[in-house]
Amino acid sequence: MAERVAEDGAVAAGGASAEGGAKAGGAGPRAPAERPAGHGLLVPRRSRVLEGLRGYGLIAAMWIRSTMTYRTSFLLSTFGNAAITLLDFVAIMIMFSHVDELGGFTLPEIALLYGSCSASLGLADLLLGNTDRIGTRIRDGSLDTMLVRPVPVLAQVAADRFALRRLGRIGQGIAVLGWAVSELDQLHWTVGKALMVPVMITAGAAIFGAVMVGGAAFQFIAGDAAEVQNSFTYGGCTMLQYPPTVFAKDLLRGVTFIVPLAFVNWLPALYVLGRPDPLGLPGWVAFASPLVAFVVFLPASLAWRAGVRSYRSTGS
Amino acid sequence: MRQPVVGRAGLYGAVAAGGFRRYATYGTATAAGVFTNTVFGFILAYTYIALWDERPGLGGYDQSEALTFMWVSQALLAAGALIGGGFQEEFQERVRTGDIAVDLYRPADLQAWWLAGDLGRAGFQLLGRGVVPLVIGGLAFQLALPTAPLRWLLFLVSVLLGLVVSFALRYLLGLAAFWLMDGAGINMMATVVSIFFSGMLLPLTVFPGGFGEFVRVLPWAAMLQVPVDVLLGGSGAGGGAARTAGALGFQAAWAVALLGLGRLVQSAATRKVVVQGG
Repeated sequence: MAERVAEDGAVAAGGASAEGGAKAGGAGPRAPAERPAGHGLLVPRRSRVLEGLRGYGLIAAMWIRSTMTYRTSFLLSTFGNAAITLLDFVAIMIMFSHVDELGGFTLPEIALLYGSCSASLGLADLLLGNTDRIGTRIRDGSLDTMLVRPVPVLAQVAADRFALRRLGRIGQGIAVLGWAVSELDQLHWTVGKALMVPVMITAGAAIFGAVMVGGAAFQFIAGDAAEVQNSFTYGGCTMLQYPPTVFAKDLLRGVTFIVPLAFVNWLPALYVLGRPDPLGLPGWVAFASPLVAFVVFLPASLAWRAGVRSYRSTGS
Repeated sequence: MRQPVVGRAGLYGAVAAGGFRRYATYGTATAAGVFTNTVFGFILAYTYIALWDERPGLGGYDQSEALTFMWVSQALLAAGALIGGGFQEEFQERVRTGDIAVDLYRPADLQAWWLAGDLGRAGFQLLGRGVVPLVIGGLAFQLALPTAPLRWLLFLVSVLLGLVVSFALRYLLGLAAFWLMDGAGINMMATVVSIFFSGMLLPLTVFPGGFGEFVRVLPWAAMLQVPVDVLLGGSGAGGGAARTAGALGFQAAWAVALLGLGRLVQSAATRKVVVQGG
């Protein structure tokens, strides 16, 4: 499951970078060469996606090799990455040692929310999480080097310092999710509900990924503001691991209509659990997550593109 | 260097002021941090309300005390470097590159130098990142903040002791680089432990049974749980004072023990330093 999702996310990354890099990223040698062949705009555009993916793959592979040099450190940090999320869940279990329900939800139901959003965030973080370093790069000038390389900038920014240890969080999330599914056997699983689980994780990862790209673009204006993005990704995931019934309606409206985090797992999971939506939205919204995942990349990649185009080096 | 003899206190004071100013430079990063702490504060506040609605009095707190606990801990976590950050990564980098040899050559104590710098950083983050989220939390929710100035003074003493304990533990992490070279893994583990055992996820008084008693005597309790309890502990008259004195003693004991351990490890580590070239 993780494998397929990983490819999906990478396509999304390449897609966005093709948009962003095409104008600003110092035209790669291949794109102009193919343009005279007369295939119109589509061919070079597509090749930039492939180029971005190829560059991403090469850079990521290099970082994986370098990570493996300090093997003890890698194992410790992968374990630590899994443990961070595990302890989050232990905290929820401690809560449930005192109560039977939280916001009307039982522990396995919350585990479903927790596991899915943890896996989604882990995937997005593995593939695109390093984009939050862009503020540091702007400050120390290392972004300039990336602009002259023949690989889309977003692919470089996302793949640089590729942190394989983040597999820890994904594995942990999927483990909790598996436990939740095994405990929720009274749910009358249908094919639709069973399919909803992987779809929810993939779409959720894409939504988090778009937030990361958008947050990185924001740093072109705001400077070193990586933490703003964290409050939507890590903060969002902290929120999404609890049932929506716990939160104020205005907050729910905000994460449904403004930053559509509710589509990461709440709305699909409510369908799986057979529970009504506290905002009373129509039933079909549960299936809208993949669509939302595509739609949110539009403003994110436009913002990224605008950010790269407006970039002026610090010049020191 | 051009200055004549600077007193020891003056030297470390200058290092601390440098640490303060260094972090004060990054206004956007601070604003972003305030935003993040506030967002997390709101999210956690709703989960705490749900939990304390279900079980009033859980962990010995009523709902407004639980909310106070949470908002004060949001205000303290950047200063205490409980979610990472602080000096240890820079220290490890200096060990890896060999720059630490220059630090050892300075006419200043290595541990005291870094302590001063880290307290300067923490001082800025306490003001820059602590005050605003706490005020917003206080406006949005019913908090049980004390009004007696003495209580706040005791709280600040407790926070200072907590910061020293936090430094002393992270100094050990920094020294670990002499043996491990790459600190990423051990830093990550340390962050995990401090998030869980400091009481940031849930007050340690909510942890059940013997496990709860165990986590409340670990040094991480001295970083967050104890300072917040000192702030909240004003309600009981005589018992409150004794409990506060005990809490401060507990923190001081950990601070002394861990700083001492740091010195031992430091002397072992510096014997490993090999200066290359010349």
